[in-house]
Amino acid sequence: MNLEFSEEMVMLQDSMLKFLQNEYDFETRQSLSRTGIGYSEDNWQNFAEMGLLGIPFEEDFGGFGFGQTGLIVVMEAIGKGLVVEPYLASVILGGLLIQRAGNTDQKEAILPALIAGELKLAFAYVERQSRYNLTDVEFTAEKKAGQYCLSGSKSVVLNAETADKIIVSARTSGDNFTQQGISLFIVDKNTAGLTSRDYETVDGLRASELSFDNVMVEQNALVGELDNAFSAIEYVIDAAAAATCAEGVGVVTELRGKTVEYLKTRKQFDQPIGNFQVLQHRCVDMFMTEEQMRSLSYLAAIKVTEGDGVERTKSVSAAKVYLGDARSIVGEQAAQLHGGIGVTDELDVAHYVKRLTMINALFGDRDYHLQRFSQA
Amino acid sequence: MDLNYSPEEKAFQLEVREFLKENYPKDIQEKVAKGIALKKEDYVRWQKILAAKDGWVAPGWPAEYGGPGWTPVQKYIFDEECGAANCLRTVAFGLVMLAPVLMKFGTAEQREKYLGDILNSDVWWCQGYSEPNSGSDLASLQTKAEKQGDHYIVNGSKTWTTHGHYADMMFTLVRTSQEDRKQKGISFLLIDMNAPGVTTTPIVTIDGMHVVNQIFLENVKVPVENLVGKEGDGWTIAKSLLMHERTYIAQVPRSKRQIARLKELASKERYNGKPLIEDDAFKAKISAVEIELMALEMTNMRVLSKLSSGDAPGSESSLLKVKGTEVQQAITALLMEAVGYFGMPYVKESMTDGWQEEPIGPEEASVLAPHYFDWRKSSIYGGSNEIQKNIMAKAVLGL
Repeated sequence: MNLEFSEEMVMLQDSMLKFLQNEYDFETRQSLSRTGIGYSEDNWQNFAEMGLLGIPFEEDFGGFGFGQTGLIVVMEAIGKGLVVEPYLASVILGGLLIQRAGNTDQKEAILPALIAGELKLAFAYVERQSRYNLTDVEFTAEKKAGQYCLSGSKSVVLNAETADKIIVSARTSGDNFTQQGISLFIVDKNTAGLTSRDYETVDGLRASELSFDNVMVEQNALVGELDNAFSAIEYVIDAAAAATCAEGVGVVTELRGKTVEYLKTRKQFDQPIGNFQVLQHRCVDMFMTEEQMRSLSYLAAIKVTEGDGVERTKSVSAAKVYLGDARSIVGEQAAQLHGGIGVTDELDVAHYVKRLTMINALFGDRDYHLQRFSQA
Repeated sequence: MDLNYSPEEKAFQLEVREFLKENYPKDIQEKVAKGIALKKEDYVRWQKILAAKDGWVAPGWPAEYGGPGWTPVQKYIFDEECGAANCLRTVAFGLVMLAPVLMKFGTAEQREKYLGDILNSDVWWCQGYSEPNSGSDLASLQTKAEKQGDHYIVNGSKTWTTHGHYADMMFTLVRTSQEDRKQKGISFLLIDMNAPGVTTTPIVTIDGMHVVNQIFLENVKVPVENLVGKEGDGWTIAKSLLMHERTYIAQVPRSKRQIARLKELASKERYNGKPLIEDDAFKAKISAVEIELMALEMTNMRVLSKLSSGDAPGSESSLLKVKGTEVQQAITALLMEAVGYFGMPYVKESMTDGWQEEPIGPEEASVLAPHYFDWRKSSIYGGSNEIQKNIMAKAVLGL
């Protein structure tokens, strides 16, 4: 047993942290988030050069083969820097889905380009009525004259605005709420009949509502087997949830650090407020949550790497439940302990709190994962 | 013990209900229901309607000052009916906070000068208490008022000033002398927001909105007749005022209305092909908040039943503040959770008047996460909940 990062991962971590330190202060992040496409294309190319975009992919397609555990390092850093570039949407959701379900032609056409920073993906799986249930797919794909006709809507599609291709889940057979009968299709963003309504998210990222009005695609747009995409979807949502938990660890580490620092410098009643035991204990609660989250994030990454099954389900859901707890133990408390300044737009703390809160809902909230764990 | 209203109280309840039905403007009701930011003119319009009805805008005021002179039970009924009708809450600064202070500590001239304009919402007040370096430790405040002839010269800064940009006047705590005990050098002063040397700077909060401000005071000349009470009385006055504020921020009727809103939303949202409200986990969470609120309501009624009209509330107000804000915050969290992914889109324009576009996901979903974040302030303002617990530990438990 060895739970330390490999030498390569440590190097990766160092270069990520250096990047954040030199080029990603909070003001820079805020101006990226609030203008244009919501992130920097230069940074994205920089990520490609640093090799970040190839971390989880097989070496056959130009990746580094670090798998899910390699993502821990990247995502913790993304959390620490509140990075707005579409890593989660494009590399993790889009790329891992192609790696898992795509055929060799699709992998060859997509993964090297993705790793080189030349192509971006988005994954459309949420529907207006679906909430967190991945089998609730009303979006349809019908076979018509050798093509597929896609119709329906998808919601809160992360970074669809700047994606070149959208992967979309569709019901091709079977009743709703059944796993059987769900398929995946990959569609060029500029295909006729595909329209998008793009918006900012509360935590400073970008997402879109997508509408498919009888979008016709060729048979080779099918990703994976017809009707049998559910296990790939479940896998990629677990992988993304585990990665998000690593991001949450980064966010929580920053919030804990900033709060402790504030308590050491803010004086009231003629002393640093960190002298007050009731506040010390809150910080210790934050610290313990952070360490437990880190443990569950590592465990989830290991289990995602090991493959499908009940252990993956349980470890990912456990990590996600802890992330949900961190919303109050770390997020709400960080704002509270900063007092008024903690709920201003000006201070970075508020933005870490917002990210921590929003990723609770991503890929299923605390209640969903608690239930999923108990039923696994 | 009897929870039932007397026939007179029942008749009063009906009268209030009818009045609100007839007179509460529909456009304001709609904004409140949707969680849209309210403007000063909305408040003024509604408050003037209430004022014109025998001073209903000021439920706590005795008849001699133009209030309705209600009993605690009548005030409770009024508050409850306003909550049920989704009424815009009146702004507390003048009506609920300053007015009782002027009645208790002010001169006849001050009462004459200010109370009528407060009642009619013709003069708008804000509160200048916190300073950048004096939050929980309010008594350490440094804004100085030096007496020069028939004026005070005021220098310093106040912050978290809600509606400071709307206000004509600000009641402030200032330091008039450097005594050994820092509480003793504090005085209560009324400052004209349009006086030379007063600058108001907006503070944008976590929800992206502007409600609070920082106020800079630079050599502001304030006439000595604007002092309330004597020099050095400020702390005593502040404590009595904050207790009024804390009972006001328990907001039981508002929370009841918010729970009704949560249930409506959870009935409309679908999950696993059924209404979300049928989901066991979600249902249990709603129930847990309802139980907290049920206890809070009864505690609130016990406090009311003890108070004879006109008496200032005691340290019970700390309990009401802590529990009240916890319930409010819990409801904002559940409202956000109810819409799942649709808490994520940030549509700032949808939080203000006149937004006509199609909503993203459930109608009104886009205000729910900002409200959740914004409502974090409630356990910080009015004396943080940690300070309230210190007060209870000391004053109630003798620790």
